[in-house]
Amino acid sequence: MRLRIKFKKYGSVRYTGHLDVMRFFQKAIRRARIDVVYSNGFSPHQVMAFAAPLGVGLTSNGEYMDIEVHSIGSCQDVLERLNAVSVPGVEVVSVKVLPDSAGNAMASVAAAGYTVRFRENREPVADVRAALSEFLAREQILITKETKKGSREIDIRQGIFQLTAEENPLTLRMLVDASSGGNIKPAQVVEAILTHLGESLKENALIITREDVYTDIGTSEKRVLAPLDDIGYVC
Amino acid sequence: MSERKLALSDDILMGIEKPVRYIGGEYNAVMKDPAKVAVRFAMCFPDVYEIGMSHLGIQILYDMFNSMEDVWCERVYSPWVDLDALMREQHIPLFALESQDPVKDFDFLGITLQYEMCYTNVLQVLDLAQIPINAADRGEDCPIVIGGGPCSYNPEPLADFFDIFYIGEGETRYRELLNLYKECRRQRLGRTEFLRRAAKLPGMYVPRFYDVTYKEDGTIERFFPVEEGIPDTVRKEIVMDMTDTYYPTKPVIPFIKVTQDRIVLEIQRGCIRGCRFCQAGQLYRPVRERDVETLKKYAMEMLENTGYEEISLSSLSSSDYSKLPELVDFLIEECGKRHVNISLPSLRIDAFSLDVMSKIQDVKKSSLTFAPEAGSQRLRNVINKGLTESDILKGAALAFEGGWTKIKLYFMLGLPTETEEDIRGIAELSNKIAATYFETIPKERRAGGRVQIVASTSFFVPKPFTPFQWAAQCTKEDFLHKAYLTRTAVSEQLNQKSIKYNWHEADASVMEGVLARGDRRLCEVIRKVYEKGGFYDAWGEYYDNDRWLNAMEECGLSVSFYTHRERPLDEVFPWDFIDCGVTKEFLKREWEKAKREEISENCKQKCQGCGAARFGGGICFEPGPDSKQQ
Repeated sequence: MRLRIKFKKYGSVRYTGHLDVMRFFQKAIRRARIDVVYSNGFSPHQVMAFAAPLGVGLTSNGEYMDIEVHSIGSCQDVLERLNAVSVPGVEVVSVKVLPDSAGNAMASVAAAGYTVRFRENREPVADVRAALSEFLAREQILITKETKKGSREIDIRQGIFQLTAEENPLTLRMLVDASSGGNIKPAQVVEAILTHLGESLKENALIITREDVYTDIGTSEKRVLAPLDDIGYVC
Repeated sequence: MSERKLALSDDILMGIEKPVRYIGGEYNAVMKDPAKVAVRFAMCFPDVYEIGMSHLGIQILYDMFNSMEDVWCERVYSPWVDLDALMREQHIPLFALESQDPVKDFDFLGITLQYEMCYTNVLQVLDLAQIPINAADRGEDCPIVIGGGPCSYNPEPLADFFDIFYIGEGETRYRELLNLYKECRRQRLGRTEFLRRAAKLPGMYVPRFYDVTYKEDGTIERFFPVEEGIPDTVRKEIVMDMTDTYYPTKPVIPFIKVTQDRIVLEIQRGCIRGCRFCQAGQLYRPVRERDVETLKKYAMEMLENTGYEEISLSSLSSSDYSKLPELVDFLIEECGKRHVNISLPSLRIDAFSLDVMSKIQDVKKSSLTFAPEAGSQRLRNVINKGLTESDILKGAALAFEGGWTKIKLYFMLGLPTETEEDIRGIAELSNKIAATYFETIPKERRAGGRVQIVASTSFFVPKPFTPFQWAAQCTKEDFLHKAYLTRTAVSEQLNQKSIKYNWHEADASVMEGVLARGDRRLCEVIRKVYEKGGFYDAWGEYYDNDRWLNAMEECGLSVSFYTHRERPLDEVFPWDFIDCGVTKEFLKREWEKAKREEISENCKQKCQGCGAARFGGGICFEPGPDSKQQ
């Protein structure tokens, strides 16, 4: 059976990279004595899939990994065992059993929600909240994406599903494309807004939290986003 | 859970390579309430996190200190060059990983000295910590800086920088030292008085209470205590009961991949073999085995506490551990259930080890390692490496039959008495191993692949407390010539296409030789190199040979005096005041035997009277050779 595990990442562990978190869970799963399935061969590894990688420096309230297990006591038992052998800043918040039909965490990702704040003295000068409707009314929002082969322009407008702002302190909430083909980083959106306002993003200005990761349970015509852990059931 | 405040700002952490090196908070990292401990101890490995975190000795001491209720021991490593620059620029004091508090506010800063080329990093750590580099300049508020580890067996090149050197194994005397510290603090006796009393504890060397005079030729005339009551010699400390002692069964688990990223099970200390170039083989005498039942218990606990996917046995020569088959069988069984890999370094290649390895490794992917160290039997006799050509060829044939096709060979160049013939022997032995493959494995069974022999040479560095402590080290030019001869000889072999030859840089080996057998006058050299920007000298890309040579010259010291001359038997060595258990007389005997190309039996075969028996245990007191002959 497959389990979908949702966890939070906060505090100083935000400086660990995606691979570090993977390695952390591989060990934590052993420590917690989860009856996990291993691949065959001389270097067996746990059957495990992570959803969207989280960048270094970001915190998250909704990270996901799927693991394959032979058996469990209960979802709650897995959650408690993992948290008992975790570190401050990595906290499992839900464990669910996936139906056989569900795609794995990585392949299922369609969107991600982010909350973005600004560090002190690095806020934009212009009124971002007032400018948002005009920004979103644009047909195209072109940004320059640096790749290994040089840079190219991409349009991120279609990938911004929701974008709102609050004042005091300035807080942007966004829901953006996080699929493997069209992943948009929150900093790219903020940069585009600031460019639109004739400003530029200051170095290391953003404090970003990923709130959740979503899958698309709609049809090819209409997108319906649901958090990745809506898919499974508790047992 | 309240969040720890980090010493470094987000801007810094996001701007440097691998910020995880500096945040602490790893699984099993020990947190205590600073208000509830009497002694804060910062334990430092003066190299980058990934190297320092891989060291078992520090893990043992971390576990020991933190098992004491009144002590909180935290970890410190050398910041990498990127962070180093920022800390200097912004005057950020070096901090310990657990509490993130500045090291300068601790009671002790312990620094392990595992290799000579880390000496400049010791200065980096002190400097970044904002602790005066010279011990003489430290005030009452400064931590006591204490050194340990194998290089402290010749502490003199670092004498100016340390308050105390702890000579020997850390498990035995720290409690006494800390009690003395607390008592001196209670009585407000001050730093100097504490150090004076510490100097009288077994195993403690406090350099400020000793002085040296030199002869005209630069060698030492006299080394002596400057105060009444300070001991003439310092005898190494050693754990004699290897079962009832500390073991870190809850080691700190790093987030990032480190060099030794696995459970380490130390099965024994010391080595019976007595290879004449090997310092560890002398320093850790007598051989002391850990009890096999205790080791099984540790292994089980560590599998539970760590979640590691690999376990490795640690010792200087695992094959000599008497209960190895029993331990290995146990591990294969238990690790198999848990999908944990086993790695067995330092095994002699024979039928037993090949059988074990075929069970635990993918034969097709793994390579086997032999360390003949010298190319000819003559030279192997000189260095007392008890490995014959027939052992190697038989082992190789067995390995080839078992399916292995990759063999690694380790040799040293520049060993005492080495001739061109010995050097050609390296190529010839490699060739014979390749030929053995073609003789052993018929064409139809050489599935697609061919045999790969990788021969590597390092340059020999004479070390204190070895029979070769009197020997001359080669010059850089000699070394490079020898590497050239080896390469040429390899290319002349019939099977040269199956042999790959690697060699190391020679510059650092010579400077390592200078530091290894150096005296107090080198403190100034190390300081000058550091002040000119030198640190991370153990890393090829940061080692600058000219910086060292210039510093030597500025100090009026000669490289050849320290390392290129053969030393007379009656010379007083800078490390003579340390009693490492093995006597100078024994080492002299071994040096003479080496020159006569005579071998010495190992500790299991026949006692050589090295002196280590006075510790009253270990191999020296086990039943005689009749019951142990292999």
